[in-house]
Amino acid sequence: MAIGPDDVRHVAALARLSVPERQLPELVAQLNGILVHMDALALVNTKDVQATQGIGDAAMPLRIDIGPPIPMNRALDAFAPSVRDGFLLVPRLATHESAGDDSDDEPLE
Amino acid sequence: MSTTAVSAVRESFRRMADVDAGPTGLNCILWTDEDRAIIDARAVDDKAASGVLAGVPFVAKDNIATTHLPTTCGSRILEGYVSPYEATVIGRLRDAGAVLVGKTNCDEFAMGSSNEYSAWGPVLNPVDRTRVPGGSSGGSAASVAAGIVPIALGSETGGSVRQPASYCGIVGVKPTYGRVSRFGLVAFASSLDQIGVFGATVHDAAAALEVIAGRDPRDATSADCSISPYRSAGTPDLRGLVIGRPREYFPKSLDARVAERCDAALALLRARGAEVREVSLPHTELAIPVYYIIAPAEASSNLARFDGVRYGLREPSDSLREMYERTRTRGFGPEVTRRILLGTYVLSAGYYDAYYRKAQEVRTLIVKDFRDAFDSGVHLLFTPTTPTPAFELGAKSDPYEMYLNDIFTATANLAGVPAMSVPIGEIDGLPIGGQLIAPHFDEQTMFRGAFALEAARAEAR
Repeated sequence: MAIGPDDVRHVAALARLSVPERQLPELVAQLNGILVHMDALALVNTKDVQATQGIGDAAMPLRIDIGPPIPMNRALDAFAPSVRDGFLLVPRLATHESAGDDSDDEPLE
Repeated sequence: MSTTAVSAVRESFRRMADVDAGPTGLNCILWTDEDRAIIDARAVDDKAASGVLAGVPFVAKDNIATTHLPTTCGSRILEGYVSPYEATVIGRLRDAGAVLVGKTNCDEFAMGSSNEYSAWGPVLNPVDRTRVPGGSSGGSAASVAAGIVPIALGSETGGSVRQPASYCGIVGVKPTYGRVSRFGLVAFASSLDQIGVFGATVHDAAAALEVIAGRDPRDATSADCSISPYRSAGTPDLRGLVIGRPREYFPKSLDARVAERCDAALALLRARGAEVREVSLPHTELAIPVYYIIAPAEASSNLARFDGVRYGLREPSDSLREMYERTRTRGFGPEVTRRILLGTYVLSAGYYDAYYRKAQEVRTLIVKDFRDAFDSGVHLLFTPTTPTPAFELGAKSDPYEMYLNDIFTATANLAGVPAMSVPIGEIDGLPIGGQLIAPHFDEQTMFRGAFALEAARAEAR
C-alpha cells in the first residue's frame, strides 16, 4: 500500500503537525520507503493467531485504580505558573478569551 | 587505600574535562551540577555508607526524570524542563549511595540508532571520534566508555542500550519487561520501553541492575518477582548450561568477521563446559517491520501530550489548534516527526487492521519463537548484537537503512525477554558485542553466561 501526499496531509492534521508543501515530496518518499518493507507482514499466515496483548508470563493483575502519591520535590505552586483551588492555571489562548470567560483572572501572558 | 565519594565524584568531573565530554567534544554529557554532586557525595561520606554503590558516580539518559537537572529527552520541545519528581531508578541508586553527576545526550525521545538525532547535536564514539556511539542511549554508553563513570542508565525500546554498548566496547543490559520500574521514564512505546544499565564490566552492570530492579507501586507494569544476586552469578564451570545459536541471526549476508567473533566467543563458552546447539527463531526477519509499526504507533499516542500547554516550548498563536501545530512542528525533529506520522498512519481508519493488528499478530509469533526455543531445553541464546561495528557519522541517511541496525536487538523487546551485550572482540580496531538472551526473569542465567565469557576472554588475552 503506497501513501500519497493527501494521506500525509491527513495524518499530519490528525497528529497536530504541519508539513510544509516543499517538504511533502521527500516525506512521502521516505514514508513509502519504510512502508514497502511492512508489506512482508501481509504474507504471513496469522489465522487463529491472537494479537499480542501483554508481555511475558507475569500478567498484569487487576488492581484498585489508586497508586501512591507522586513524590513531588517541590510544591505545586513552586513551579506552576499559577494555581487555584488545586488546579494549575496555564497560559490563556486568545480563543479562550473570546469565548466569554466569567473569570476575573488576568491572562498569564 | 580507601576512596571517598567526594574524590570519586571530583575524578568524574576531571575526566569529563580531560575527554572534552561537552558540546565541543564527545557531546555525551548535556547537563551537570558539580556543586550539587559534591554535596550529595559529601552526604554519602558523612553517612559512611557501605553499600555496593556507595560513592559510585553515575550518569542517566536525558529521558529519565531528575529533580535537579533538566530532562529534555534530547528535544527542543522540552528545552529547559526540570521534572518536579524523580524516576524510581534514580532514587534507588541514590539510596544505595550512588551519586548522579550528569544527564546524557540521546536521540530525540530515544528514537534513533546512532545518536545523530538529538536536538543538542550528535555524540561521538570515544573509541573513534569519526564514528557514531550507537543509539539511542549513545551519551550514556560514551560516558562509560570514556571512563567518566563506571555505570550509567539508559533506556531500551528496540536495542538502545545493547547496540551502543556493542559500538563502544562496554556491557549493556536490557532487563525483562517489568523487571525495572519505568516510573519517571518519559514514555516512547510503552509495551516495549524498559530502563537498562551500562557497565564498564559485567560486575558493574550486575551491581547496578540489582539496585534498580524490583516492584514499584508507581508502575503497574513492574513485576513482583524475586531478584537474584546477579553479582554472584559468575562461575568458571558452565557444565549443564545449554546455549542456542539461532541460525536466523547468522545469515549468509552477515559480515564474516562478526560471525567469526561470535563463534570464537561460543568456543570459549564451550571450553568452560557449555553445550552449544543450533536453534531456529523462524520469524526473526519480520522483527523490524513489526517493530517499526508498533513502536511508532505507541509513540504517536505517547507524544500527543507535548502540545505546548503543559511542558517546555510553546509557539503562540490566536487559535488553539494552530498553537498545537506550530509548537509540535517546531519542537520535534525530523525523525520524531517521521515516526509520529508513520504511527498515526498505521493506526488510522482503513489501515489499522492491515498494519497495526497484523503487526501485533506477528509479534505473537515472535514471542512464541522464543518460548519454543527455551522450552526445547536451551537456557540461553547467543547472537551478534549488531550486524557491523560502529559506522561513520553521517553514513546512513536512509531511514530504513538506519532501522536495520536494530535487526538483532528488537526481537528481545518485542518478546519482553532479558538480553545483554558483552564485548567479544574488535574489527579493524572497533569493538563488537555478542548478545546473550534469556527467558523472562532469568537474568541470573544471562549474567552467568556473561561473567564466564568476560573471564574467558580475559584469560585468552
